[in-house]
Amino acid sequence: MSLLQINNLNVRFGDASAVPVVDGLDLAVDAGEIVAIVGESGSGKSVTMMALMGLIDAPGWITADTMSFAGTDMLKLSGRQRRKIVGKDIAMIFQDPMTALNPSYTVGFQIEEVLRQHLGLKGKAARQRALELLEKVEIPAAESRLQAYPHQLSGGMSQRVAIAMAIAGEPKLLIADEPTTALDVTIQAQIMELLVNLQQERNMALILITHDLAVVAETAKRVCVMYAGQAVEVGQVPELFDVPAHPYSEALLAAIPEHSIGAERLATLPGIVPGRYDRPQGCLLSPRCPYVRDNCRTQRPALEPKSQSLARCFYPLNQEVA
Amino acid sequence: MLSFIARRLGLLIPTFFGITLLTFALIRLIPGDPVEVMMGERRVDPEMHAQAMERLGLNKPLPVQYLDYIGQLAQGDLGESLRSRESVWSEFTTLFPATLELALAALFFAGVVGLLAGVIAALKRGSLFDHGVMGLSLAGYSMPIFWWGLILIMLFSVSLGWTPVSGRIDPLLDIEPRTGFMLIDSLLSDEEGAFKDALMHLILPAIVLGTIPLAVIARMTRSSMLEVLREDYIRTARAKGLSPARVVFVHGLRNALIPVLTVFGLQVGALLAGAVLTETIFSWPGIGKWLIEAIGARDYPVVQNGILLIACLVILVNFVVDILYGLANPRIRHQR
Repeated sequence: MSLLQINNLNVRFGDASAVPVVDGLDLAVDAGEIVAIVGESGSGKSVTMMALMGLIDAPGWITADTMSFAGTDMLKLSGRQRRKIVGKDIAMIFQDPMTALNPSYTVGFQIEEVLRQHLGLKGKAARQRALELLEKVEIPAAESRLQAYPHQLSGGMSQRVAIAMAIAGEPKLLIADEPTTALDVTIQAQIMELLVNLQQERNMALILITHDLAVVAETAKRVCVMYAGQAVEVGQVPELFDVPAHPYSEALLAAIPEHSIGAERLATLPGIVPGRYDRPQGCLLSPRCPYVRDNCRTQRPALEPKSQSLARCFYPLNQEVA
Repeated sequence: MLSFIARRLGLLIPTFFGITLLTFALIRLIPGDPVEVMMGERRVDPEMHAQAMERLGLNKPLPVQYLDYIGQLAQGDLGESLRSRESVWSEFTTLFPATLELALAALFFAGVVGLLAGVIAALKRGSLFDHGVMGLSLAGYSMPIFWWGLILIMLFSVSLGWTPVSGRIDPLLDIEPRTGFMLIDSLLSDEEGAFKDALMHLILPAIVLGTIPLAVIARMTRSSMLEVLREDYIRTARAKGLSPARVVFVHGLRNALIPVLTVFGLQVGALLAGAVLTETIFSWPGIGKWLIEAIGARDYPVVQNGILLIACLVILVNFVVDILYGLANPRIRHQR
């Protein structure tokens, strides 16, 4: 049994006729594993994780066949029960560290809050633990930073604080939602290194939501490619990069700027992600797919095993001939 | 911080001259003079009138009168009332606790109800409660205080008989003025039921005076809260597994309060203006009623210096609010 098991997750905003933002998503993450979720903006990456954390507000609502974490059925929990897990066993860090911290409270207060909430630590013990956490995330002069307010910190420093807050409850699963997108390139590498070190040291599972395929190639063991709310391909990292089965994965890899060196223009996939009113009846990629055939436009493929990965395509690429 | 205080104190000087000049001029623009009012309906003997005016120094040219007035102020002398011969300062300090008690009660009412209504309206945005609160607050803000006061007296005091019509306390009760605050004095006194009586006298005027600040605070809290609840750090707080109450009140309200605090400070001026009307309607023996009577009697020193004292008070309160603002908002504190 995986640490996290999600089957057929649907997230809709509005009534049952609304187009699902996340559409029949399956995802399994084992303890101590790094899984990357990639896909363009609006493909449902973050919403999936928000659904797991219970952060989807009305008019949004979720349905799933399974959503279990460490043996607990997350769908059956009351808000109070869920909050015992969220922030402790499952923690999340967000994209823009400069706005993710509360401007009115000190760094120390915001870390100690988690310690008090989930570990029952108070006063000196909490302060001591917060200090250790700041040292753990390699913040210089940690002692004085406890009294600092978020506006006194740089972006990279703020993200370190957010990470300290997230690991305060000793999570089994850490979700990093584009943790480096808002940071300078030099800082990005440092933050990724810190995350991977923490992950290995604590044997936490790490879900990495990102646009950055280079980061995925370096860190993740498995990757889930999402398109328009669906997982279109799930596979092991070197294989999926070398021999993508789904045309969208191929297009995503081709769009990496380094792959277009010498070319006049960057490789792109023409068209845009289908919206609310032009969602195709068949395969969601069919209007943009360079390999589209007739039945792609009328029938929707399922996520099925191909030779190297799971892919949602009738005519997968790079298949070994049996 | 010191330069900030110095700058603010520097601004006081032009404000001070503006206020003295305005009150000095405005009270003299009203037809009639103190002597005429004192002599009442009887025909005024022109000779006696001139004598009295000369005794009061009111026969001198206006610029000379103004300079005399400023000279007097420069020596820290606020003059004495033309009617009672009491010093303006001692009258003010005697009556001020009554106004302060009323204003604090009104602010308490406005603050507690306004914040709660604003927060709930923001959380239940678009609901019936939200529309109800916003509609009522618009009505409350637009309502003339004197009309609203009279309506409440008609309903609660006259028809239902729940509260007394006017005053601070039942005149039959003998309360020794120790602090000037009737709620405290009545508790300290031996009179039975005095505290309840004082409280019942206070409720209606406090509601009337608090209505406009309440409306402003509720609307401001709602819009500020709506903005704050969309912030990323609210999502972070929720992702920490904190209870909804803690997310809203510790992480949300603390930030939403920053603009509300400013409005709170600005309302103090409106509150003292409102106190003039409220005290008159409820015969509340405070500085509002005192000023209205002084204007009626053309009691120049009381009007001029009473308004000057109130203006100083408003400036002082806004000054304190500015400092509180820095305390509430670390980003501002560190800029200075």
